[in-house]
Amino acid sequence: MLKAVNFGLLTTLFMNFPKELKYTKDHEWVKIEGDIATIGITEFAQKELGDIVYVEVETLGEELESGEVFGTVEAVKTVSDLFMPLSGEVSELNEELEQAPELVNEDPYGEGWMIKIKINGELPGDLMDSEAYGELVGVS
Amino acid sequence: MQEEVKKTALYQTHVSLGAKLIPFAGYEMPVRYSSDIEEHKCVREKVGIFDVSHMGEFLINGPKAESLIQKVSSNDASKLTIGQAQYSCLPNEKGGIVDDLLVYKMADQAFMLVVNASNIEKDWNWISKHNEMGAEMKDLSDQTSLFAIQGPKAEDTLQALTETDLSEIPFYHFKLGELAGVQNVIISATGYTGAGGFELYVPNPEAKKVWEAVLEAGKAHGIQPIGLGARDTLRLEMGYCLYGNDIDDQTSPLEAGLGWITKFTKPFINHENLKAQKEKGVDKKLVGFILQEKGIPRAGYPIHNLEGNQIGSVTSGSLSPSMGIGIGLGYVATEYAKPGTRIGISVRKKVLEAKVEKLPLLKK
Repeated sequence: MLKAVNFGLLTTLFMNFPKELKYTKDHEWVKIEGDIATIGITEFAQKELGDIVYVEVETLGEELESGEVFGTVEAVKTVSDLFMPLSGEVSELNEELEQAPELVNEDPYGEGWMIKIKINGELPGDLMDSEAYGELVGVS
Repeated sequence: MQEEVKKTALYQTHVSLGAKLIPFAGYEMPVRYSSDIEEHKCVREKVGIFDVSHMGEFLINGPKAESLIQKVSSNDASKLTIGQAQYSCLPNEKGGIVDDLLVYKMADQAFMLVVNASNIEKDWNWISKHNEMGAEMKDLSDQTSLFAIQGPKAEDTLQALTETDLSEIPFYHFKLGELAGVQNVIISATGYTGAGGFELYVPNPEAKKVWEAVLEAGKAHGIQPIGLGARDTLRLEMGYCLYGNDIDDQTSPLEAGLGWITKFTKPFINHENLKAQKEKGVDKKLVGFILQEKGIPRAGYPIHNLEGNQIGSVTSGSLSPSMGIGIGLGYVATEYAKPGTRIGISVRKKVLEAKVEKLPLLKK
């Protein structure tokens, strides 16, 4: 979701990328439970974006392919597309974010989740574990 | 040309404060220390300090200094008294703007020009090219740090560090004084936030000392270091132009609403064409607008009339942290420039309703 990534010297130190999640190169996380996947953005992503003011998802109920845009996230300074990390139906969205988009900054892996997807078909092979994602964003 | 990214004297300080640094106008600059919204509100409600040392400073000296400045700038520098500053711009020969700047009258035949970081070299070459009268020019950009201390508590914060009576410095005036034990600091009652306060010009070797003293003195007032992110939202709420966004080599100062700094009391580069443009009227105008529904305008988004035809484009846009709604600046065909006019901003697949507003967008 972030087109240009800047590495401030200390930005990725002490960041948390939970082991039980999968990650994408677009800085989203995926939590798979049965045939449902919960999607959000990583701590790295929320930090790069800064204060998040709107999360817009208008694809509820739609069947989308992996890589398609399911919504946008607006920060004060930037707007970014949100991409489907896997194929399926957008089955639920986090309605709390309508009133409290700052939850994405405050609790990106918990209350700041964005959508749930009813998984359709195989999982893409390019989902990363926390270690591989940590390397991608510069945590060695 | 070398593309090396420069660092301000305070670079290490910003790193240890945990700032997110980005390359901006050739400098590694702090864009945010904590949160854009929090930093913005800190300046509006309390006080903040910005490192804006990337800005350029030129000294223009000697008996020909004023005539050079009068030739290259649109405002009338002959009206300045010693200790006064004015906002101005450098018109090009094709109707556009080379840069916008501040002109400080330091002494009878000495001026300081403060220019945008991204334009230091372009401005220097431009002014040099027109210096056939032979004024002395000196580029102090790499030796000078600039801090902006802005907000309702800026004066209280700085007064604790200087004997100079700050309440006696009117808006757009300055004094040379000792501050935080550093002599000859230029204490200027200027800024780019609309929150009031001062800008301090300090020699690089003393920069850290001044920065730390201001942070210490401001503690009681809730001071925070502020990044360029909040600087941009603060200026946008006031409707101040940002070079490269709202004004550039193509835009006329008259289109940009800078008629008030375009004085036809004296000749200057391209004044005849600009005067003709003023008499004839401009085809497009820079306006401020406020969204009437949820959404955030961004630079480059099309502006529509109510019939759905494009009438212009957004040049700057953001969420207003003070008002909690989308605001922006953009050029529209002159017939749509009147405050109160309803326009549409095309945000991805939707057209959001907006209203042209008188500047500043944030009312006191």
